[in-house]
Amino acid sequence: MTSTAPALAFDDVTCRFAGRDGGPAYTAVANATLTVGVGEFVSVVGPTGCGKSTLLNVAAGLLAPSSGTISAFGEKLVAADGVNRRAGYMFQADALMPWRTGIDNVIAGLDFRGVPRSEARQRGEEWLRRVGLAGFGDRYPHQMSGGMRKRLALAQTLILSPDILLMDEPFSALDVQTRQLMENELLALWAEDRKSVLFITHDLEEAIALSDRVIVLSAGPGTRPIGDFRIDLPRPRDVSEIRMTPAFLDLHRVIWAAMKEEVLKAYQAQKAA
Amino acid sequence: MKLRILQFTVLAVLIMLWHVSTKPGLLPNFYFEQDNRAAFFFGEPVKVFWVIVDWFTSFEIFPHLGVTLLETMLGFVIGSVGGLGIGLWLALSNTASAVMEPYIKGFNSMPRVVLAPIFAVWFGLGIWSKVALGVTLVFFVVFFNVYQGVREVSPTLLANARMLGASRGQLLRSIYLPSAMSWVFASLHNAVGLAFVGAVVGEYLGSSQGVGYLILQAEGTFDINTVFAGIIVLTAFALVLDAVVGMVERRLMTWQPRASETEKV
Repeated sequence: MTSTAPALAFDDVTCRFAGRDGGPAYTAVANATLTVGVGEFVSVVGPTGCGKSTLLNVAAGLLAPSSGTISAFGEKLVAADGVNRRAGYMFQADALMPWRTGIDNVIAGLDFRGVPRSEARQRGEEWLRRVGLAGFGDRYPHQMSGGMRKRLALAQTLILSPDILLMDEPFSALDVQTRQLMENELLALWAEDRKSVLFITHDLEEAIALSDRVIVLSAGPGTRPIGDFRIDLPRPRDVSEIRMTPAFLDLHRVIWAAMKEEVLKAYQAQKAA
Repeated sequence: MKLRILQFTVLAVLIMLWHVSTKPGLLPNFYFEQDNRAAFFFGEPVKVFWVIVDWFTSFEIFPHLGVTLLETMLGFVIGSVGGLGIGLWLALSNTASAVMEPYIKGFNSMPRVVLAPIFAVWFGLGIWSKVALGVTLVFFVVFFNVYQGVREVSPTLLANARMLGASRGQLLRSIYLPSAMSWVFASLHNAVGLAFVGAVVGEYLGSSQGVGYLILQAEGTFDINTVFAGIIVLTAFALVLDAVVGMVERRLMTWQPRASETEKV
């Protein structure tokens, strides 16, 4: 294990799923090779249903690839050893425990690690404050709005200070205003300690606004990276303002040109199905 | 409050109907040929009431009620704990559930009340044969609900807990159990009733104590008022036990969203 090893390295990863009722196997991801450097914010964009989440589940160690390897900080992930211990995962769907109050959800990870309750609560309160939920700790998730639940999930993941953060369209269910607020907050939190991030989205604007690098995936089945674009917009950024800058629009035009064909392909495939 | 009044009105009307149609000489006979026949077959609410009062004032009912309640509680507790444990085990172990599936199905479709005579032979005429019958009835209700509850745990929730570092035991405690709990409580309301059925049917088939025994004795002498008194006492206590389960449920399930819940300012 060296300090120069990338935070995450997919090497020729293929994921095949058995078909339903003995039907043909479905290849979600084929021969994907990509890396996320230490401290790098990488977004992966691609048309809907192209296997983005599959890629992320592989990175998390929740799913073993059919072939190929995946390593985190130079260490190979083996399915038998369980999940990627250095990763934090923010899911697209709501993943909070409805039977735990806000604070108990935030400190769940500390709880699992056996951190004493008083210390865990103290750190939990601190994180609630950082995501703007101070004073909401005793509410249950169902008593919170969608945006608040996302913040809670963010605090729940970040309190463990994972070395790499995996995010699966975490803000896709939010309205535009809340979403831009959350994106800015994410960038602010990320700027504090510059952990590696692998961010999955179908929204190209979001990807460009947030990332150091944007990777474009081909349409499924057999998704693989087909484009890799460096985003050299200055930081710190404000996601709602940066969208208006010429540099942003240029990048958007270039990347969209690469993506467009794949999006159309995916659309045709879905219409045919 | 208004609802309560309406509910009691229904009860009062039913009892009034019962009273006027069974009281000898109150109404002209419209079905039976003799005046006292209706009272003979259906009892009289006033007399039933006095039987109950007499039972409680003379303390005669308490040992019987105590036995029946003890049998019910034991059957309920053993059956639900067993159902919970085995339900969790089978739901979490694919091999075990695949192997056991036909047996579980078989036992469940068997009319288990027929086991009562066997239990009487195995466990004697004391309380344990009734408890055993109650357990066989309660177990499956709880078992199937736990099994279903665990199987329907959200995969995202599980994945999230795993990513947060939960071990297998911690997954069980903080994800599977709480998530199955709402299913379990739904089944516990049924289970209380079935535990009562087990106890009373068991007492019916052979016992020297219990409310079921009292009812059986009264039946032997065509004392229909006492039979009804027994039924009413049993129903009342089944309602009480159900209310207790409901109270525990509300305490443990505070996290559940209630329909149209607004906060009082």
